[in-house]
Amino acid sequence: MSGPKTTEPVLDVRNLTATFGDGELTAVNDVSFTVGSGEVLGLVGESGSGKSVTLRSIIRLVPASGDVSGEVRWQGQNILAMRDAELRGVRGGQISMIFQEPMSALNPVLPVFTQIEENLKAHTDLDGNGRRARARELMDMVGIPDAARRLKEFPHQFSGGMRQRVMIAIALASNPRLLLADEPTTALDVTIQDQILKLILDLRDELSMSVVLVTHDLGVVAATCDRMAVMYAGRIVETGTVSEVFAQPNHAYTRGLLGSVPHAGTERSRLLSIDGTPPPLDRIPPGCAFNPRCEFATDACRATVPPLQDLSPGRSVACFNRDSVVAAGSPV
Amino acid sequence: MTDLAPPSERPRRLALPRPLILGGTILLLSIAVATFPTVFAPYEPDAFDYNALLQGPSMAHPMGTDNFGRDVLSRVIHAYTIDMQIAIFATIFPFFFGTIIGALVGYAGGIAETLFGRVVDAVITFPFLVLVIAIVSVLGPGLVNMYIAIGVVGWVFYARITAAEIKVQKRLDYADAGRAMGYTHMRIIFRHLLPNAITPAVVYWMTDMALAILLGSSLGYLGLGAQPPAAEWGVQIADGKNFMATAWWISVFPGVAIVLTGLGFSLTGDGLAELLRTKR
Repeated sequence: MSGPKTTEPVLDVRNLTATFGDGELTAVNDVSFTVGSGEVLGLVGESGSGKSVTLRSIIRLVPASGDVSGEVRWQGQNILAMRDAELRGVRGGQISMIFQEPMSALNPVLPVFTQIEENLKAHTDLDGNGRRARARELMDMVGIPDAARRLKEFPHQFSGGMRQRVMIAIALASNPRLLLADEPTTALDVTIQDQILKLILDLRDELSMSVVLVTHDLGVVAATCDRMAVMYAGRIVETGTVSEVFAQPNHAYTRGLLGSVPHAGTERSRLLSIDGTPPPLDRIPPGCAFNPRCEFATDACRATVPPLQDLSPGRSVACFNRDSVVAAGSPV
Repeated sequence: MTDLAPPSERPRRLALPRPLILGGTILLLSIAVATFPTVFAPYEPDAFDYNALLQGPSMAHPMGTDNFGRDVLSRVIHAYTIDMQIAIFATIFPFFFGTIIGALVGYAGGIAETLFGRVVDAVITFPFLVLVIAIVSVLGPGLVNMYIAIGVVGWVFYARITAAEIKVQKRLDYADAGRAMGYTHMRIIFRHLLPNAITPAVVYWMTDMALAILLGSSLGYLGLGAQPPAAEWGVQIADGKNFMATAWWISVFPGVAIVLTGLGFSLTGDGLAELLRTKR
């Protein structure tokens, strides 16, 4: 795993908040993070923690009923304040996105070449021959053999892993600086997962782009990410480099997540699990949203929302009882 | 040898649905007859023969003659030209216009969709035929006015079908993917969503052409569509209605032509529905 290449952030998300249904439901609450150049940031959390909405909010890809506020700084501009035409230039051209289900994210009636070409038409000045050559290059880049023939084929003629490669080829067609990946391997077989993750990392190095990876799989985070941000009920509860967080989780939720992952090579022990389920968005408990499920919870946790406090640059946690969590030791 | 080749390597079987083959054959023949009626018709459609009035089917006149001694077969054949035109011209404008409106409305949702819903309600409250007859009687009889009348009402059905389908498609991931790639709304609607959403409209179009022939001949029968002495099935049926008891062939053979052509369109529609079912 290679570390972040520079410390200068390419993406700076500040106080991002996403609400739905006239502000009744808050899916993302005051989320701030940065992504450095060439860095892979993992957004981790259970289903419903707001990680996917956070990712989509970066390029304002939320349903019409949603409202996104805060600031997303990208190359000196606030994406959230951009006009539609500017936004279209950023989407797909500078920031691209890949999805969880590679089948449904590809258009079933258009051949693969046409779908790659659509991106090139929208974001480059290449002519017909140029687009054809670029499409072949992209197929080689994402590891699909026999590019010339397979470009003519339709998505249903590809296997799951190959479809995700096609999706990546489409997303990378115009050399984006940032790739948003929404659970890109969740729908794939474990062996294929590894191949796709490795491909994303290789392409990150090759194209020196940054990646924000949303996942619920800590194994994926450990294998691919430089830094991670743990989300719970729409808020970030802990951030840090992957090695820092794995070595010493400072938030009870992170500790619980890490404890629920089986580890090879260590002594056999009972797997921990976090009791209960994440709260629905319309019934988030007062105070720290995690307090009903937390073994360290105190009265303070039930009264006020713990602020996200910096421990060191890039390392922060939102927990009143972080000392007891640390004292309880690593769950691993 | 077992077939272990991946799906993409297997030669594509050319298995057209049977209804499509049958319906397509009927339609191709109909189009051929409509395009070159003189090749198929033994007589001129309005050649009077006062020596052969109201004659039953015979070798000289396979479908008999009418009260002016005109050959019924030749008139039925020449009527193909008008009735196939009706099938196409009465539906092509509603198909294109309705599909486009429906795609836009379905994608936009919100107020546009609510307003459109009211228009649909208003149109489907009236029986189609009554509405068309009302419009034709305002504009005056004739084929062009009939096309206008059908067009004014007919697009609503295409729009409704397409809007419903687009509403489904726009929620799928590939629509989001299109937005995430920075494509314009128009590009997403017409290049990405519509090809996935158009099948029901195309299938309905086939059925609608059958309905248009029925409607066209109904209006012809009522004297609001094609005008006599033009050879048109509805006009012919009207011509023969006073002789039904003695010379049934004047009305029955045009009726058979209507049924046969309608069957051709319907079968083609069924076959297309089967053929165009999206592969996943």
